[in-house]
Amino acid sequence: MSSQDIPEENLPAEQSEQTAGHDEHGHGALSPADEHPFADPGLPPHEHRIQDVDERAAKRSERSVALMFTVSMLATIAFIAAFVAIPVDKSVYIFPLGHISALNFALGMTLGIALFCIGAGAVHWARTLMSDVEIADERHPIEAEPEVREKVFADFKQGAKESALGRRKLIRNTMFGALTLVPLSGVVLLRDLGPLPEDKLRHTLWSKGKLLVNMNTNEPLRPSDVAVGSLTFAKPEGLEEHDHEFQNEIAKAALMIVRIQPENIKDKRELEWSHEGIVAYSKICTHVGCPISLYEQQTHHVLCPCHQSTFDLSDGARVIFGPAGHALPQLRIGVNDEGYLEARGDFEEPVGPAFWERG
Amino acid sequence: MKKLSARRRHPLAAVVVLLLALLFSGGLYAVFAPTTKAEADESAQSLTIEEGKRLYAVGCASCHGTGGQGTSDGPSLVGVGAAAVDFQVGTGRMPAATSQGPQVPKKKNIYSQAEIDQLAAYIASLGAGPAIPTEEQYGPQGADIAKGGELFRTNCAQCHNFTGKGGALTHGKYAPDLEGVSPKHIYEAMETGPQNMPSFPETTLSEENKKDIIAYLDAVNSSKSESPGGLELGGLGPVSEGLFGWIFGLGGLIAVAVWVAARTAKAKKS
Repeated sequence: MSSQDIPEENLPAEQSEQTAGHDEHGHGALSPADEHPFADPGLPPHEHRIQDVDERAAKRSERSVALMFTVSMLATIAFIAAFVAIPVDKSVYIFPLGHISALNFALGMTLGIALFCIGAGAVHWARTLMSDVEIADERHPIEAEPEVREKVFADFKQGAKESALGRRKLIRNTMFGALTLVPLSGVVLLRDLGPLPEDKLRHTLWSKGKLLVNMNTNEPLRPSDVAVGSLTFAKPEGLEEHDHEFQNEIAKAALMIVRIQPENIKDKRELEWSHEGIVAYSKICTHVGCPISLYEQQTHHVLCPCHQSTFDLSDGARVIFGPAGHALPQLRIGVNDEGYLEARGDFEEPVGPAFWERG
Repeated sequence: MKKLSARRRHPLAAVVVLLLALLFSGGLYAVFAPTTKAEADESAQSLTIEEGKRLYAVGCASCHGTGGQGTSDGPSLVGVGAAAVDFQVGTGRMPAATSQGPQVPKKKNIYSQAEIDQLAAYIASLGAGPAIPTEEQYGPQGADIAKGGELFRTNCAQCHNFTGKGGALTHGKYAPDLEGVSPKHIYEAMETGPQNMPSFPETTLSEENKKDIIAYLDAVNSSKSESPGGLELGGLGPVSEGLFGWIFGLGGLIAVAVWVAARTAKAKKS
């Protein structure tokens, strides 16, 4: 909207004068507008709302606002009533939501309505009844008055002179030394955040002779239990779910066992470390340590659900896609005298994500 | 002998030979059968197998070979067992379309249960494999839902999501949503490992465990399962919830903020 479209009586005095002058003098004449090519166009004219001119409309708005506040009050009362009346375990069917808790639904609905109506009433009140006249408020410079500035600088100079910081160099230097050293105590305290990992990242519970225990049945596995195309999860013998350290230990020792026809195993070491095609791999992704067991039995691929790293279990769990940097560590397994699957030692490399000192 | 040889091309010759063979095998069985009951079962069984073979020749042989030995278009069916047939045909996955994508999808089953049983009997006769489970094996009686949840999270949730809503795998493959899959088919899928799903045989996941898992799925992912919070957004977890929050939640707030500050209705046009 250009200033020409605005009725003159609505423009600020100066602006109105400029426009009028321009119109009167026409092209080429010297006018105040030429001196200020980017003159402030001023505010657009104020227009009245229906409520400003029609008292009946204003009354209607007032009633709507009051109605919304009243609905809010009723909803709050309904909230309290629902809290008291509806049992915690009652379930109802509500069409798009399905079988949901009646109490949750009632509390959420009533509290939502109570809060919404307060907000909606306030907004309606502000939009239709409160004054909507545009007001311009001039900005002020942020710089302080010259006298104040002078006083502050003078005070600072006097303070510096009186402290004799420039003259007594010994005091200045030792003070800087003290201030530099003090933060070191905070740094030293960081050491107390926890014990050092030492070689815990390099070892798991697996060791020579430990039986592979089926996570489902809690029984040691025999080679005949593991069918081609099946997927089994195992934990080391002696680790029980109620053990204090169970979560810490299983996070490193979790094992995924699959059976692949020996002639389909491409990696020589994998075949050597397997037993009749039964291979045992760490279940912890080498990228950031997610449990990884989305095993596709026809392709022998294992997919990590977090970042889609894909490993080929028939080829030494080589990374074939995704951000993982290492193949999954394989556990060397064999069969003991009683015919149970057992570990032939710990993993030869750290399980899970790479870390600083891993090298 | 010559008379017999002359009629060997008679249209009914095959049927006669078949009948004779059936009679012969039936007769042999009758001689060696341990009980009379088994004898009755067996002759009914061999008829079923014959019916199944006929159905197989029409619907399956083009990909899986005339004797179930498999071709380049379909794997061998020797030893897959009746349970695999009941699952694959019962869920409509088999017979598959000739040009399938990365995974054969579930579709409308075109066979009756009797026909599926005949096909299953024929495939089972090719080599021993898991049998079709009985209702006693997969039924909900005596199942432990909590234990089932634990087992589901250990063995199944990585692909099928914590409540069996399914999820994506590599190269367009996916783990399907388990809602509405019949308990029998869930049991068979665990037993046989269809397509890229690994199997969970009796030796590593017992019948009791399977029953618990089925009961858990029935509790959390069926039309009658409860969702106390409501508005599950597909039950897919943080991805769909975050998307909803950012787009509809924040988007709604921005839209309301714009509306609140917008010009109000005026008494007259300027």
